[in-house]
Amino acid sequence: MIKKLKQIFDKADKDLGLDNRSEKLYGIAALFDTPDDIISAAADVQFEGYEKYDVHTPYPVHGMDDAMKLKPTRLGFFTFFFGAIGTLSALLMIWYMVGFDYKNIIGGKPFFNIPPSMPITFELTVLFAAIATISLMLILFNKLPKVNHPLIDTEYMKRVSSDRFGIVIQQSDPKFNKDEIVNLFKKLGSSDISYINYFEKDESNTKAPIISIKFILGNFVLFIGVSIITYLTLNYLLFITPFDWMNKQPRLMPQSSSTFFKDGRGMRNPVEGTVAKNFIPYEYQGMPDSLVKNMANPLPVNDSVINTGKSKFNIYCSPCHGYFAKGDSRLRGQFPNPPSLHTEKVRKWQDENIYHVITNGQNSMPSYTKQITKDERWAIIHYIRVLQRAQNANDTDIETK
Amino acid sequence: MSYQKKNLPSKIYLIGFILFLIGGGLSALAFSVDLKRAYMNYIVMYMFVVSVAVGSLGVVAIEYMSGAIWSTPFRRVSEFLAGIIFILIILVIPILFGIQDIFKWSHSEIVMKDEIIKSKSAYLNKDFFIIRSLACIVIWIFFYLLLFRNSKKQDTTKDVKYTLNNNKISVIFAPFGIVTLTIAAIDFMMSLEPHWYSTIYGVYYFAGSLIAGFTSLALTSILLLENGYLDSRMSKRHYHSLGTLIFGLNIFWAYIAFSQFLLIWYADIPEETFWLIPRLQGGWGIISLLLLFVHFIIPFLILLPSTAKTNLKTLKIMSVWLLFAHWLDLFWLVMPNYSKDSVPLNWIELAFPVTAVGLILIVFKFIADRNNLIPVGDPKLENGINLSLYPDLSID
Repeated sequence: MIKKLKQIFDKADKDLGLDNRSEKLYGIAALFDTPDDIISAAADVQFEGYEKYDVHTPYPVHGMDDAMKLKPTRLGFFTFFFGAIGTLSALLMIWYMVGFDYKNIIGGKPFFNIPPSMPITFELTVLFAAIATISLMLILFNKLPKVNHPLIDTEYMKRVSSDRFGIVIQQSDPKFNKDEIVNLFKKLGSSDISYINYFEKDESNTKAPIISIKFILGNFVLFIGVSIITYLTLNYLLFITPFDWMNKQPRLMPQSSSTFFKDGRGMRNPVEGTVAKNFIPYEYQGMPDSLVKNMANPLPVNDSVINTGKSKFNIYCSPCHGYFAKGDSRLRGQFPNPPSLHTEKVRKWQDENIYHVITNGQNSMPSYTKQITKDERWAIIHYIRVLQRAQNANDTDIETK
Repeated sequence: MSYQKKNLPSKIYLIGFILFLIGGGLSALAFSVDLKRAYMNYIVMYMFVVSVAVGSLGVVAIEYMSGAIWSTPFRRVSEFLAGIIFILIILVIPILFGIQDIFKWSHSEIVMKDEIIKSKSAYLNKDFFIIRSLACIVIWIFFYLLLFRNSKKQDTTKDVKYTLNNNKISVIFAPFGIVTLTIAAIDFMMSLEPHWYSTIYGVYYFAGSLIAGFTSLALTSILLLENGYLDSRMSKRHYHSLGTLIFGLNIFWAYIAFSQFLLIWYADIPEETFWLIPRLQGGWGIISLLLLFVHFIIPFLILLPSTAKTNLKTLKIMSVWLLFAHWLDLFWLVMPNYSKDSVPLNWIELAFPVTAVGLILIVFKFIADRNNLIPVGDPKLENGINLSLYPDLSID
């Protein structure tokens, strides 16, 4: 298996043309032992007037920019720009989620608010800036991915990526002269000078490395590996002691038993007479409607109340009573038809009597306390009055010109 | 290396004394005009001088602790500024005599009636307050003398031993410095409103103090460098590091300030919000907003590009700017105790900063005249000026 994989990889390398070097010289490379040496070497090479040269070090060496007289990179502007985009998109995202699309009251605060959004905004700013900086540095500034750079697979690259500091002068430099450069490097105290040739295969013939089999296979293995590890972590690891500390907590789940109380139950009944928040018990529950008195409709008559009443009436009342309260049920006899609400009796009723019927129920009609809130019941009553008035209008209701 | 000591111009004494006499005179007058207001301003001034002095001592200690080489050429500037610690022992006296006029918790009839203050009276009582204030100053002076004496001895002996000793002393100083600064912040500012508490308050003041220490170092050393009192071989790279530190600490301050605000804002419980609400309303609301921009957003945007950190002129202006912002910060912390509804601002508020600047100038000149402006005997000095990455000397 492994042998076979190695064969595939070797073949992929061969396809890329990374096996043989041509006679064409890319440049002359020199290795130095200390960062101070490489800085003075770079400064000297710059001073001699070479243009096409580059320095490689295992870690960032400060002062190299000055020695090579490099212009400040423009990468910082991209960082700033994408950081600002991160800030704005974070604010936009939070505003859309909590201030527009899914409004939820949290601690009585306004829906969209700057202070609690700040941590997330900060995180996204850093995330956008960091990802943009790294990827733009690799793609735009370092021109990666590039698998056939002549320096790849050389002894020089092995050393400068571990423990040495190197400098390469390219053959394309207008001042390029083999002997002069070798003398210069020797004078600067280089420990190792080497010639680096191009690969046999031309750069332009090389396949894009993205679709190379090595790359795809590597990514596939990585994908499978990460998936397996994630699956095992979420489904097995988190249930093994001591990683299950979030799962097993010293508290009672609802409906579970407990030895703490005598009756062995974990849950307690509320104290006698406890009333739920915002709930006021109905005084005349279960009494005949003749006993109901002294309850005025607390809502004013206006557009929004009538509209609420209409919509609630159409939802809850109209299936049996009909859209115009004439007792014309839409239930096609599955349930006994209720009486019309335009009868003399109902028209003469006070609001409190209708309220009593909705709250308490009457004959086959059940109580609607669960479905319709108190205010909505009063709004429905206003709407019923509107319907009644429409069916039995007075002479004064007719507008004459 | 050869070093010729140049004395600072005596003009500094003149300016210092003029500012001190004008400011001091007006401040003394302020005490007879409005005692409470004068005392509140005095506390702002005292805490500002503490943050410059102890912040500078912290800068020196941080250099030794981290083994920094780049800051050695201008370490003396911080050491001189830290010398202001000596006058704290005089500056604290008016506060100690005015405890009754400043602090609510010092009145026994209020303490008797107030359950919250009563429960804190084991800490908030006159005797313990005086002991703490003096002990803090004694600890600062003690460590200052140890560090500065070693540094001075090194000028003549050029012995590495003193650097190594100072490294150890700085490590011991670090916890003491942080705890004493926290105590000072809690005692002089937070206990003005004894019902309120914030556990991050000490860190908040500590962050401001380090900013004050680094900005006063940047301002003074740039002025000295421009007039040829420091080694002219010092490059922009030194100031890049200094500017980055100021930039970073300013973000740290904003982070701490925001953390304190967010928790109070989010929890929204009356025992915490009563401190914040007056500061977010009316005139103080404008100051709060101003603080956000002056102390954080504008310096952040200006100091963000690396060219700004290496531009000595920008750095100089931003140092003055941030020192002002630090004063504004302390003003915002203390002054609402004098008037909750409006921002008090007239000649009384101007007299105290003038006094502080005068005092700092006089003390700086006094110490600078008696010592070398560069630590000539420090083995890190030559490498520090050239900023070589691999010094020959190895200091553990």
